[in-house]
Formats: sequence, structure tokens, C-alpha cells
Amino acid sequence: MKQLILGAVAAGTTALTPLVASAQTEVQFWHAFTGRLGELVAAQVEEFNASQSDYNVVASHKGNYSETLNAGIAAFRAGEQPHILMVFEVGTATMMGAKGAIKPVYEVMAESGAEFDPDAYIGAVKGYYTTTEGEMLSLPFNSSTPVLWVNRDALEGAGIDPDTDLSTWQNVEGVLDDLKEAGHSCPLVTAWQSWIHLENFSAYHDVPFATRDNGFAGLDTELAFNSEAQVAHISKMGEWAQDGKFVYTGRRNEGGANFRAGDCALFTESSAGYAGIKSEAEFDFDVRPLPYWEGVGNAPQNTIIGGASLWVMEGHEAEEYKGVGEFLAFLSSTPIQAQWHQDTGYLPITAAAGEATREAGFYDENPGTDVAVKQMTANEPTANSKGLRLGSFDQIRGIIDEELEAVWAGDKSAQEAMDSAVERGNQLLRRFEQANR
Amino acid sequence: MEKRVTFRGWMLPLLLIAPQVFISAVFFFYPAGQAVWQSLFIPDPFGLSTQFVGMGNFEYLFGDRHYRASFYTTALFSILVTLASMIPALFLAVLADRLIKGSGVYRTLLIWPYAVAPAVAGVLWLFMFNTRVGVVSWYLGQLGYDWNHVLNGSEAMGLVVVASAWGRISYNFLFFFAALQAVPRSVIEAAAIDGARFWRRFFTIVLPLLSPTTFFLLVVNVVYSFFETFGVIHTITSGGPQQATTILVYKVYSDGFVGQDLGSSSAQSVVLLLVVGLLTVLQFKFIEKRVHY
Repeated sequence: MKQLILGAVAAGTTALTPLVASAQTEVQFWHAFTGRLGELVAAQVEEFNASQSDYNVVASHKGNYSETLNAGIAAFRAGEQPHILMVFEVGTATMMGAKGAIKPVYEVMAESGAEFDPDAYIGAVKGYYTTTEGEMLSLPFNSSTPVLWVNRDALEGAGIDPDTDLSTWQNVEGVLDDLKEAGHSCPLVTAWQSWIHLENFSAYHDVPFATRDNGFAGLDTELAFNSEAQVAHISKMGEWAQDGKFVYTGRRNEGGANFRAGDCALFTESSAGYAGIKSEAEFDFDVRPLPYWEGVGNAPQNTIIGGASLWVMEGHEAEEYKGVGEFLAFLSSTPIQAQWHQDTGYLPITAAAGEATREAGFYDENPGTDVAVKQMTANEPTANSKGLRLGSFDQIRGIIDEELEAVWAGDKSAQEAMDSAVERGNQLLRRFEQANR
Repeated sequence: MEKRVTFRGWMLPLLLIAPQVFISAVFFFYPAGQAVWQSLFIPDPFGLSTQFVGMGNFEYLFGDRHYRASFYTTALFSILVTLASMIPALFLAVLADRLIKGSGVYRTLLIWPYAVAPAVAGVLWLFMFNTRVGVVSWYLGQLGYDWNHVLNGSEAMGLVVVASAWGRISYNFLFFFAALQAVPRSVIEAAAIDGARFWRRFFTIVLPLLSPTTFFLLVVNVVYSFFETFGVIHTITSGGPQQATTILVYKVYSDGFVGQDLGSSSAQSVVLLLVVGLLTVLQFKFIEKRVHY
């Protein structure tokens, strides 16, 4: 009997909860994070909900980046869109093109009256999501940039000074030769080949990846990564692949497993790989800035980001947008950002959060965690290093992957492969231009 | 010989076929009609605007040599999957049919792989052939063969074929086994008395008697390899390396869900629908003539 009463009480309270919650304005937030990152997002949301009583943010996981974007699109078509949608950086052009489906963040912030200072955000981070007029369209959420990971033990094992200068590809090439000579089976491995060795390569050397300011200036942009600098780099990587100095493991970050297991000496990967490498690597490792070719372009300019930003969707009540504004302001606040940056290895989105992290002594305790921040903020971004804004870019990356595979397999020269990737990618850009006219 | 039931009115027969008609309409005719309609437009992903392009999407598709190449890839893939899933299944069924003791155990074990979802099967095979940690690739390495399906197109094709056919063998086995049980013993015994050995009996008596089953499985397996192998390809190769394993249905997904190009994706679904329809008609027209019921 006692249990019955308890059960009835329990049922009664659950039934009542929605009534209590309805006094608050609900804000739907769809994201793409699982595991540790998912827990951290949930913690942020919980902290926000506890910090005030007017709004209740409900976070839902909707699959990986692509799936989350598709879920958002499908929901919009059905009139069930969330207030906030997480979209990966390559979906930026798609979202921007969707006037009438999105509400730019600068507008949301102005209307909601929440605290918002566009200048507080780090230029290289916000630049990716800001119009050429300086209007912020989406709020950067998780951003990272590629760096060079070094297995110090592997270098030492091959008789190379682990502190040797690896800032240029010229120096790296010498080290790869030495590693190969010492019989190392995997001198260099990479993750996200297009992002690191073409997109970031172009920004870092201040050469265009696409015309019209990498697509920022208009939809009539054309790919331009088949020019001298990029072809020379890919051609070199192709040579290394043929000589067994560069090992190709796949289109995504499959190479991470090889590096973390200690199989590979050098690894070009996102700075956000920190948590995984730190917890798994049983060897001494270093984080170094991404190498550049000395004398090519204006290298080192700055690298660009990868990751996701938060888009606000159109079609909700003013009161709800006020809640959205409050939540976005909360996410940008210094303590929250600093904590996120330290927990995840993602870049801080505001300069103040980076400063707070430095003052807390985090960079001294975790050497190398500031390499990415420095590399991104070393120079004021140029038209070539602000980011990319290309339609169908997820698919264009797929095309680039295919063509690069042809180079690594020795089937095509770098020039042929890049010409073909540009030609095929341009077709998709024209389709996108037509669809978004 | 044909059995026919004659209804007196119209109501009952109509009522009886109504559920099937309803299901076909909701799950086939309506979506297929939508696909045909949408293939004439280039919409933006959010459905905010759309432009009529007539046959434009089809022109765009057939002007792309990579799309044309994907027909060849699909043909090769489905032939290989169909063969690789039917021949071993028949072989196993013949062996299981000859067993006197324990055939139940073999039967049950042989059916198990069918319960594994394609995506899971893909991951299992990927683990075995992973270029770094895979058991099989490690043994191949010991034998001096450098397995690398990440860069080698033929190896990638081989791997997705095996992974797609593996679970399918169980399905085919089940049908072949049931059909074998139905072959009249007396005919086989008569042949045996006449001195025909096992394989001769198999090719001259059993196989022709199995032809209705074989034909059914042929049609079903071709359709399977066209559509349901998506999960395997997505998990193992994502259509790569280069475009070695990009079959038609994978490109439909890639254009629709990665590229958000719904016009092109719909046009491809229409093409796929026509290709499979045509193949099935051809199979019924030419191969069924050789089938003895």
C-alpha cells in the first residue's frame, strides 16, 4: 500500500512538472555533441537554467554535424524548428543563403537587449561567421585550428633532437628523411586532409582558396586551389606518400589512432585533439604550430578554424528570442568560455576568456595548449585567411578527398588532381548559386 | 491446372486488395510521385524558393562523367554481390541438405548473420580489415601482402562486396534449403540407380528444379544490392577511395543529405527507379522463360 501511495505521488509530481515549466519560456537547442562534449554542453545548459528563472533551455542531441543540420532543415520545412541550431563551419554558406529561415545573431542580440559586444570576440574566430560588413550571423561555439603534434620519443629513437625546429615544411622534410632512414614506418600522418593541407594551407600562406574573397564577397565564387603554392605542397606530400614518409589512413581523423598508439612520429591534426592525445599517449608529446613553406606567399599568416557555430532560426516569439539572447550572452561570458576552452581544448571565442585562462596559469601547467590561440591570432586576418564561405562545401570536401587519394596512390599528378577537383567543385558551386539566387 | 476463385460481386475483391493498394499508395506511389515532381526543380534546402528547370537536373547528371561512371560501378558491384551471396548459399544448402544428423544446428547457425544489420556488418568487416588493427590485414601483412583498402580501389570494392554478401548468404541459404527439401526424392533415387553421380544429379536434376527459387533470389538480390547495401558502403568506404565504391544509391544520399541538393538527388532517385524497374522487367521477360515451375 505504501508503495502504491509513493507511486501515485511520483506520478503526480511528474505530471505536474510541465505545468511548473510552462511558467518559463522554453528555448530549444539542437546540438551534435556526444560523450564528454555532450556532458559539458549539458552542464552549461544546466548552469544557465539554474542561474535565472525566466527561461528554460532544452538541449537535444540530433546526431553528428551533418545529421543535425539535416534535422534542422527538415524541422524548418515542417514548421517545427528549434530556436538554436548547431551547424558546422562548412554549412555556413548554406545557412547564410537561407534568408527567411535564420535570424542573424547581431539582430537577436540587439532586439533582446542582452549584453553583446562584437569586438570582444577573437577576430579569426568570429570572422568565419561575420559578413564583410562586420555583422555577426552566428555565434561561434566550438572552434579549433590545425597544429603539428610531435611524438618526441619517436624522434629521439631515430636519433633526432626532439627540440629541433619544425616550424617550416623545409625543416620537417629533413626530419622525415631522417626518420625514414632510421627505418621508421610512419613518419607523418594527417587528419582532415582537405581542411589542413588545402584550406588552412591557403590561409596560412595568404593565397586564395577561392575567388571573391574565398566566397565572402559573393556566390559567383570559383575555386582557386589549383595554383602554384597548393600544387607544390600537394605534389611534395604525394612524393612523401610514394616514399613511405607520409602515410594515408583515411578521410577523417583515422590517423589519430595511429599517432596515439605511438606508431607515427608527426601528426597534423586539430588542436582539439588535445584531450584524446593527452589521455591515451604513452609517450612524450609536443604541440607545435602548423609548419609552413618558408618563402611561399606571406606565410605564416594565420590559420583558420574548424568546428561549429550556433544559428538562431526564424519563426519564434519575441519573448523566446529574448531567452535565446540571454543564453548566447551567457555562453560568451568569460568564466563559461574560459572553462570550455580549458575542458575541451577548443579555442576561446573571446579574448577575455583566453586572458583569464592565462592568468589562471592553465597554459603553464599544460604547455602547448596556447599554440593554437597564438597561431590564429598572430596576424590580422586577410581576405585569404578570414575563412571560407562556399556552398555545398561538405560535398566539395568529398571531391577534394577523392582527388587527393588519387595523388597519394600515385594515379594522378598534383596538378591534374587539383585541376579536376576545382572543375568538379565549381560545378557544385554553380548549382548552389542557382539554388540560392 | 490453374486454380481460380471467382467472386460474385465487386465489393469483396476490392476490399481484399484495399490494404495492399493503400500501403503501396502511401509508401510507394506518393513518394515516387514526389520524387518525379521534385526532379524538375532546383529548390533551396529550406524550401524557401524553388525554380523550375524541366529536364535540367537530368542534363546536369548525365553531363557528369562521374555519374556515368557510377553506373559501371553499380553494375559491377551488384553482379559481384549477387554471385557472392547466391553461390556460397547454394553450396551450403546442398551440404546441409545431405546431412542426416545435426542439420538443425547448422541451419540455425547459418541463418544468424542475417540478423546483423548492414551497418553493423560493415563495422565488423572494417575492424577485421582495418589497415592498422585489423586481424585479417595483419595476417595478410605477415604473408607479405600489403592490404590497403583506403587507397586501393579494387580492395575496397572487394571488401564492400564481401561485407554486403555475407549477411545475405543466410537469407539465400534459407530459400535454397527449403527448395532442396521439396525436390522429390524418387527422381533423384531413380537417377542414382541409373548411375548418375552426385554432381551430375545436381546439375541435371536439382538445379533445374530449383530454378523458380533461383530466379526469385536473383531478382531480390539485385534489388538488395542496389538499395540496401548503403549502410555497408557508408560505414566502410564512404564511396572511396576516389570513386571506386560510389554506387548510384550512395550518390543519391551524398547529393541529398551531404550536399542538400534535393533537385539532383530526386532526379537520381527517378533514374534509379527506372533502372531497377527495367532490370526487373528484363529479368522476367528473358530469364523467366528458362524457369520451370
